[in-house]
Amino acid sequence: MIFPAIAVILIFNYGPMYGIQLAFRDYDFAKGLTGGEWRGLYYFKQFMNSYLFADLMKNTVTISLASIVLGFPAPIILALILNQIRRKKAKQILQTTVYLPHFISTIVLVGMLNVLLSPETGIVGYLMKLVGLGDINLLASTSTFMPVYVLSDIWQHCGWNSIIYLAALSTIDPQLYDSAKIDGASRWQTIRYVDIPAIVPTMIILFILSMGNVLGTGFEKIFLMQNALNLPVSEVIATYVYKIGIVSNQFSYSSAIGLFNTVINFIFLIAVNAISKRFSNMSLW
Amino acid sequence: MSLLSKNGNEIIFRLILFVLCVLIFLIIAYPLYFIIIASVSDSTLVSTGHVLFLPKGISFFGYQEIFKDTRIWVGYRNTLVYTFLGTFINLLFTLPAAYVLSRKEFMARRALMLIFVITLFFNGGLIPTYLLMKGLHLTNTMWVFILPFSVNVFNLIIARTFFETLPSELYEAAAMDGCSHFKYFIQVAMPLSKALISVIGLYYLVAHWNDFFTALIYIRKNELQPLQIILRDILLSNQVFASGAGVGGDAGGYAQRYADQIKYGVIIVSTLPILILYPFIQKYFEKGVLIGSIKG
Repeated sequence: MIFPAIAVILIFNYGPMYGIQLAFRDYDFAKGLTGGEWRGLYYFKQFMNSYLFADLMKNTVTISLASIVLGFPAPIILALILNQIRRKKAKQILQTTVYLPHFISTIVLVGMLNVLLSPETGIVGYLMKLVGLGDINLLASTSTFMPVYVLSDIWQHCGWNSIIYLAALSTIDPQLYDSAKIDGASRWQTIRYVDIPAIVPTMIILFILSMGNVLGTGFEKIFLMQNALNLPVSEVIATYVYKIGIVSNQFSYSSAIGLFNTVINFIFLIAVNAISKRFSNMSLW
Repeated sequence: MSLLSKNGNEIIFRLILFVLCVLIFLIIAYPLYFIIIASVSDSTLVSTGHVLFLPKGISFFGYQEIFKDTRIWVGYRNTLVYTFLGTFINLLFTLPAAYVLSRKEFMARRALMLIFVITLFFNGGLIPTYLLMKGLHLTNTMWVFILPFSVNVFNLIIARTFFETLPSELYEAAAMDGCSHFKYFIQVAMPLSKALISVIGLYYLVAHWNDFFTALIYIRKNELQPLQIILRDILLSNQVFASGAGVGGDAGGYAQRYADQIKYGVIIVSTLPILILYPFIQKYFEKGVLIGSIKG
């Protein structure tokens, strides 16, 4: 019963790992994966010495760190707010609403950004002119790309990501609330001393996982939001790998950059996990 | 703390809570509502800020154009096929595997689990995967949407965690009556797992529906393109419709004027199935997370 799943994982997840050697070889279209000459770390050196290296690293790290710094607390705060609503109906309506954007596809979301933020025909562009913010093209400016990316991401996924914290909050023993009340705790204090401690373990695990993906920023959305004007700040490792690999067929170079990315992520994950294990006794393994 | 100030505290708290909730509701709901009213309003009025609360200059021109466009329907059909066939195969592969991994008496359980979990953190990367798909002749076929993704390790873990919560006495009783694992899985475990099946089924369904990366890399044939790629052409690459809006030489301004209305309409049309399904599946969300919360 388990065989089909094993077969799929071996072929489609472990199969490509065999192809990693491409990062150390010249790819030869005629001879295939293993036919090319062994070049050692040549392609890694080429990447690190390339003029794009500094920019790519800077963009990738900036976008992912901003996503984590702003995006990580947002669902926690939302869950704490939702948890405080006493009226069942109101809570349900709000929950239904905040989960909804998660089901919009990335393309449609970027499409929405395009029509809403367009400086000529978009409503946001119009309103900005109205309040005297001028006609900055939010989608084509190097200074606004990152905020638009991060904020729209929070708009889309904050609600969905809050579910896990809500689930954690729902497991709190009601007696804890009662005794806090008897001790004269205000509702601020119950949040501070009952709710937050209850979700800390979940927070730590999710934080480790997100740090393990620090260079793995979402290819899809960035790729779709890219244009010639914001490219200096929007080109990240993942989009660059796609462009030089799939678009311009430099298979070996592209594989090397991809591998570089994966290894850095892995190091991050192990490091953050180790730190967490040391200080909070919590870890993924 | 006196009773009065305590009540005052509570009132301030409720007030802040109320304001925050209304604010959050508006921030999330208004853009969605705006797209709907903009799709049936005159584009010029929309872009000059006249359409804020109610549609104005109502016209369904955008929708007419969308219904005339064959690409959208081809994409729709393809996506439906990939989504439903894909999800079916997902469940067919994932559920039995998760069941096996949940059985404590299964010796290789820990080792296999490790093999599965490693793939969450380490992968071959884009190019080796691409070459593999090419080598397997999956590019430019519908199977590239289905086979490589037929097992998702996160969903596998969720399913395994769920099966572990089924009482072991149930299996013992069935085994006494001479029930094999296979029969037990089909006749006892499956009927008890409706919540689980709907949750991971939904995860798989949404992933297939929104998948555009696969088509971007592996599909060159137009007749195999899923809806998302066609949406990209219309929404992001500004491709005006082949029929209708592009007719004749003076169509430039005409097309420009309606391009945005068409875009708003396309957003609605392409998101509609999910929005229709949404109320029915929403009640399972939290259940799903509770089932899936990874223990230790």
